Amino acid sequence: MALHSITAHGMPELQGHHDVHHEEHWFLKYCWSTDHKMIAKQYLVTGLLMALIGGFFAYVFRWQLAFPNQPVPFFGVVTPASYNMMITQHGTIMIFYVAMPVLLAAFGNYLIPLMVGADDMVFPRLNRASYQVFLISSVILIWSFFVPGGGFGGAWTAYPPLSAGSQYNLTPSGSTLWVVAVAVEFVAFLMGGINFIVTAMNARAPGMKFVDVPLAVWMIVIASVMFMMSVGPLIAGSVMLVMDQNFGTHFFDPRTGGDPVLWQHLFWFFGHPEVYVVLLPALGFLAEILPVFSRKKLFGYRTLLYSSIGTACLSFFVWAHHQFISGIDPRMANVFAATTVLISIPIAEIMFVFIATLYRSSIQFTVPMLWALSFVAEFLVGGVTGIFLGASGADIHFHDTYFVLAHFHYTFFPIAIIGSFAGLTYWFPKMFGRHLNEGLGRVHFWITIISFNFIWMPLFFTGIMGDHRRIYSFANFPDLMTPDRILLREISSVATAVMGIAQVLFFANFFWSMYKGRKAEDNPYNANTLEWRCPSPPPHGNFAVMPTVYRSPYEYNHPDREVDFWPQDEPPAGQGELRPEGAH
Amino acid sequence: MAEQHPSHESGGIGWQPLARSVFLTTFLGAVIVVGTVLFYIFAGGEDLIARLIPANSSFAGDIDFVILVIAGIVGFWFFASLFAFFVLLYQSRRRPGHKPEYLAKHDHQLHTWVSWPHWLVIACDLIIIIVAVKVWHQVKQVAPPADTVIRVVAQQWGWTFRHPGTDNKLDTVDDIVTIDRLHVPLDQVVHFELQSKDVMHDFSVPVFRLKQDAVPGRTIKGWFKPVKAGAFDIQCAEMCGIGHGLMPARIFVETPEQHAAFLEDSARNASVPGGQSIY
Repeated sequence: MALHSITAHGMPELQGHHDVHHEEHWFLKYCWSTDHKMIAKQYLVTGLLMALIGGFFAYVFRWQLAFPNQPVPFFGVVTPASYNMMITQHGTIMIFYVAMPVLLAAFGNYLIPLMVGADDMVFPRLNRASYQVFLISSVILIWSFFVPGGGFGGAWTAYPPLSAGSQYNLTPSGSTLWVVAVAVEFVAFLMGGINFIVTAMNARAPGMKFVDVPLAVWMIVIASVMFMMSVGPLIAGSVMLVMDQNFGTHFFDPRTGGDPVLWQHLFWFFGHPEVYVVLLPALGFLAEILPVFSRKKLFGYRTLLYSSIGTACLSFFVWAHHQFISGIDPRMANVFAATTVLISIPIAEIMFVFIATLYRSSIQFTVPMLWALSFVAEFLVGGVTGIFLGASGADIHFHDTYFVLAHFHYTFFPIAIIGSFAGLTYWFPKMFGRHLNEGLGRVHFWITIISFNFIWMPLFFTGIMGDHRRIYSFANFPDLMTPDRILLREISSVATAVMGIAQVLFFANFFWSMYKGRKAEDNPYNANTLEWRCPSPPPHGNFAVMPTVYRSPYEYNHPDREVDFWPQDEPPAGQGELRPEGAH
Repeated sequence: MAEQHPSHESGGIGWQPLARSVFLTTFLGAVIVVGTVLFYIFAGGEDLIARLIPANSSFAGDIDFVILVIAGIVGFWFFASLFAFFVLLYQSRRRPGHKPEYLAKHDHQLHTWVSWPHWLVIACDLIIIIVAVKVWHQVKQVAPPADTVIRVVAQQWGWTFRHPGTDNKLDTVDDIVTIDRLHVPLDQVVHFELQSKDVMHDFSVPVFRLKQDAVPGRTIKGWFKPVKAGAFDIQCAEMCGIGHGLMPARIFVETPEQHAAFLEDSARNASVPGGQSIY
């Protein structure tokens, strides 16, 4: 690592960790490494393991719903308490321990320094601390399943007074550990988030203007800013909830002047932006993958960027659409219905940009491209069904039914699962230096996508037909036990099991290819962004020569070029290595 | 963005006919799909939702109408986008001799293709907001004068219903209190006072399109007017603990004769020790 290349980035005082770029003791390498790529992989593996737990829970309670009160294969009889615990922890795990660590933390850590042309995060030790704290929080969450009384079962939204009193929820330790685990995790993501923001602002390669920053980086940065702005109220709420649970305070206790609806405001003020916190990184992946495999410049870089910022801002003003019928003043619903429906404008704009990018392109249907394209198609379903719920009049019927769940999963599955698979299959050669098996990837893709639609399409209809969520057995409701409803539930549950089994293909492909896959070139896709300009996998310190950026990341098929791509750091013809105006 | 080549226009000539064909296909496809649905609705299928779940209250049809209006509008957008998406996937598939186009900047005309849908989306949003808020106002913000008033009390894990009895006044000696069975007269405006003794619950009658959270410490008022006799499910729609799936109740919508019989029966039972009135 030449010293001048570090100094050129204007941050020599932060480079103390650079003199340890040699082979390290395994403890230092795996438990104390400050390399952003190692931390990213640790976030990734932790997230994937948590996904297995969350997915298994989904299989168990889906089976119980289709075949009530019969023993579930590989689990046993589902009691109401274990059912409640599993739906609660499924939601918690999939949002906070899968989507956040994989989309935001793993890819944020991996991509930001590589894509902006830096040798590491600006605060590498803070980054290490972030993962360590996250790991502790995961351990606390899993521990909470095994304490006396069992894990918390009051739904992932944890509405008090149910969540605040063990006389109501019957999980005296589980509920406190649940709140603590989630709150500790927020600390981890705040540390990660500040790193993402500062790195993208201060450690960009010389010449990288704000419109030259790849959109994946932009999106993760916007998401981090949103997370920081929204999480404060929830952390305050969590502290109040823990105190209500254990120290006899009455913040949410109506008998002594507290207000249980206050929690809902604090929770959803965070909870709605949170959806966009995980949505934006996935959109960022699409913005990288679609141009590469359609060999065409992204249609409307600024449109996408500004629409995303618009979505982010607007998402702070829609939270009460989760509370239309929760006892808030009904007049408030009118305001929130309007703001909610207006979110369709920037989101539609984003979808137009993606679809328009395909126009007159040359599409290669590789596995990452299939995932990216399926995101567009599936997210459209989630987007349009959201309108029904934002429209207050229609929400009276749909609220808390399976229609909500189906809508939510049509947004969240594309985000958390399709987005993660798109990112993983796309950046796998860079991360591990080897290619995934293409054929296995396709089989896995098609089984996953088809079974996903078979899980959730029927549940839109059971939702319209009056199935409410979080009810462990519909057998107690005569109106809900008609043959058509039962059939729809069974289709959904069998599809869940199929999808679960199909993930074996992914994990087999993932771990086999990591060691035995075809060796990957530095730039296997002929992509433009900087992460493809360093070795696969990149060494500690990333770039042999720190790059200088000359152009936007999406210059494909430029008419002046022989080849159909134009890397960001390739000097223009007739110009030397130096660019006069330099960095920002 | 490609400031090096500001002079480079949208590339090849002849994108306009192609774009026009893409968008015409899209538009026509969406119109055909949505048109078929609309035709079906106006040809006697306005009960599209009611075929899935009966619409048994006076405002159920209005809420179903909101749902159908939204379904028509977003259905158009959904199919239009999907058609455009798949048409483009087919047209742009990689094949020999097919070269992608380089767009140096927002081409004015291409931009139009994105911006007019954008304004259309705003117009559609306004329609949806107006329709939704109108029905919301009618169901949740105002209520027709009450013919009878009941009290619904939720607790872990059951429902207590207080009926006004023969004098049609709550909190008098002839009130009828029942557990998990609610009796209301057909075609009468029923006001309810919803309370909870412990945690959040939710009083939901899907066939009425009625749903309201019960918040401990508050009395929340609402109304409904049943228009069809029969017995229907009441569900708790807010997670309330391990018995959340175990608090089913039934609502009995009764003709005047049936309701009179219920009142008479209850009055007789109430005079017997150990009878139905347990308060």
